[in-house]
Amino acid sequence: MRSVKAEVSTEFDVAAARRRCMKYRRRILDISQKVSALHAAPAFSCVEMTDVIYRGLMRPAADGRGFRDVFLMSKGHGCMTQYAILEDLGILSSEELDRYCTPHGILGAHPDRGNPGIEASTGSLGHGMGIATGMAHAEKILRSGTRIFAVLSDGELQEGSSWEGAMMAANLRLDNLLVFVDLNDFGGLERMSESHTAFYPIREKFESFGWESAEVNGHDCVAIHQAVSARRSGRPYVLLCKTVKGRGVAFMEHVPIWHYRSPNKEEYATAIRDLVEVRS
Amino acid sequence: MRNTFAKSFYEAAQSDPRLCMIVADISPAGSMEAFRKQFPERFVNTGVAEQIMIGMCAGMSMRGLKPFAYTIATFALFRPFEFVRDDLCYQKLPVTVVGVGGGVNYSTLGGTHHAMEDVAIASAIPNMRVLAPCDPEETRAATQWCVAQEEGPVYLRLGKAGEPVISTGATEPFVFGKLRLLREGSDVCILGYGPILKLGMDAAAALEQRRISVAVASVHTLKPLDRAGIVSLLGRFPRIVVIEEMVPHGGLGDAVRVLAWESGARCRIDCLALRDEFIHVYGKHEEVLQAHGLSLDRVIQRITA
Repeated sequence: MRSVKAEVSTEFDVAAARRRCMKYRRRILDISQKVSALHAAPAFSCVEMTDVIYRGLMRPAADGRGFRDVFLMSKGHGCMTQYAILEDLGILSSEELDRYCTPHGILGAHPDRGNPGIEASTGSLGHGMGIATGMAHAEKILRSGTRIFAVLSDGELQEGSSWEGAMMAANLRLDNLLVFVDLNDFGGLERMSESHTAFYPIREKFESFGWESAEVNGHDCVAIHQAVSARRSGRPYVLLCKTVKGRGVAFMEHVPIWHYRSPNKEEYATAIRDLVEVRS
Repeated sequence: MRNTFAKSFYEAAQSDPRLCMIVADISPAGSMEAFRKQFPERFVNTGVAEQIMIGMCAGMSMRGLKPFAYTIATFALFRPFEFVRDDLCYQKLPVTVVGVGGGVNYSTLGGTHHAMEDVAIASAIPNMRVLAPCDPEETRAATQWCVAQEEGPVYLRLGKAGEPVISTGATEPFVFGKLRLLREGSDVCILGYGPILKLGMDAAAALEQRRISVAVASVHTLKPLDRAGIVSLLGRFPRIVVIEEMVPHGGLGDAVRVLAWESGARCRIDCLALRDEFIHVYGKHEEVLQAHGLSLDRVIQRITA
């Protein structure tokens, strides 16, 4: 396999990325007004990493349609971010996204395999690592050179299956597997660094399982891009992205209720008014 | 059965480079070892980690390969159940989950190793198909069907090793979704699946001497069930006996009774199954079955009663 470093463009327009990320957040807030719940906060924490993956790391397919590499949203509740990006890429139509969570549409609050740009049905946590490991191993067997990018939540690393997968990916030396962990520190209920102290440190766990790792500010597009570009290869790679749940909308940040709730009219107006480009 | 399965899979894998075998720390007996040696990348042992066995199969299938997950039935289906449901069935992936030792086949290992409810559980999941061949010959045909199909997930319930061939008298070949008569008869028809059908064949042979003519049908496809085939037998025979190495609910016995009600059948139906109990008995397979009330004497007794 060629070195990953050579495959990643060193040029990444950070100003454009920040504009895109603000646009995605705004789009998600707009959609939130049509439904009672849509997991806004966990979508906001993974905006930058998902944008960098799609816009800076995944290589386009030879025929120009879609990508040669594969993206998997293991934290299915982050799919609003993926939908907004797929819309921006022209893979998902705006009409379809407007029909989000309605009986006439195809998009739900968790991604469904077969929908435009969606590779796997996720939503139940702890499934993505296994699926991504299988995908990466398949691409090795097929000698395709395809790489698998997966975004996991920190919460789903509490599932033992995530570690079964991490162990196996390292056993199989799947250096075509790149996992991004959205360390927003919140499960659905509470702050994990306070409720589950033995869960930490996480990076060392991956390292001891044979993964190459790096840790960055997960809202810093440049740092994310540079970290992956500096990757050495030969092992599966994990980028631990320290994030803020609800990032971008001040009143949502670090507040558990926004894991699931949609803002009401007044809250929406406040959110839109206060929305700024996230830099880190 | 497991050796025949491995041999059939190995033969198919020669010409289909997409076939892969993912096992969870189970010894690769017979041809499985040959497959592993010949195609090391296409054989993965996940270790004692069944969730990842199923998850990897899903991912490999999504990228165009045809993986089989293979281990003891309890660990193939129960341990990673939600992965089977969400990864394979919800996404309708053509992955075959092979459960070795269905029923109480691991007769000395206790309840943790008994897949007594596997057919009911697997059948309950949308998109899942369930196959339970009765002998090595049927296992060969079922495996050949599994390696060729592309539509979705299958649970293939196997016995263990050393099962006798009982299907040589069948006049029809194995056809997915169609029951097949292993033996003709006119007074009674025994329906069943898996290696326990040997009890049915032995009972039929014994009753022949008592001038009771017993037919035996292998209902190897539990889902989708051959409803028309069963209804036809319900109309043809005055007596039906269902034998299954499974708990007494959610399996063939229930299905036959429902079909009898729906079709207005007037035959008598007896169902013999495992008890709805965890029985702490260790010994030969036959001895554990006997503790559950499944023995040749009991079958004959039921039919002659």
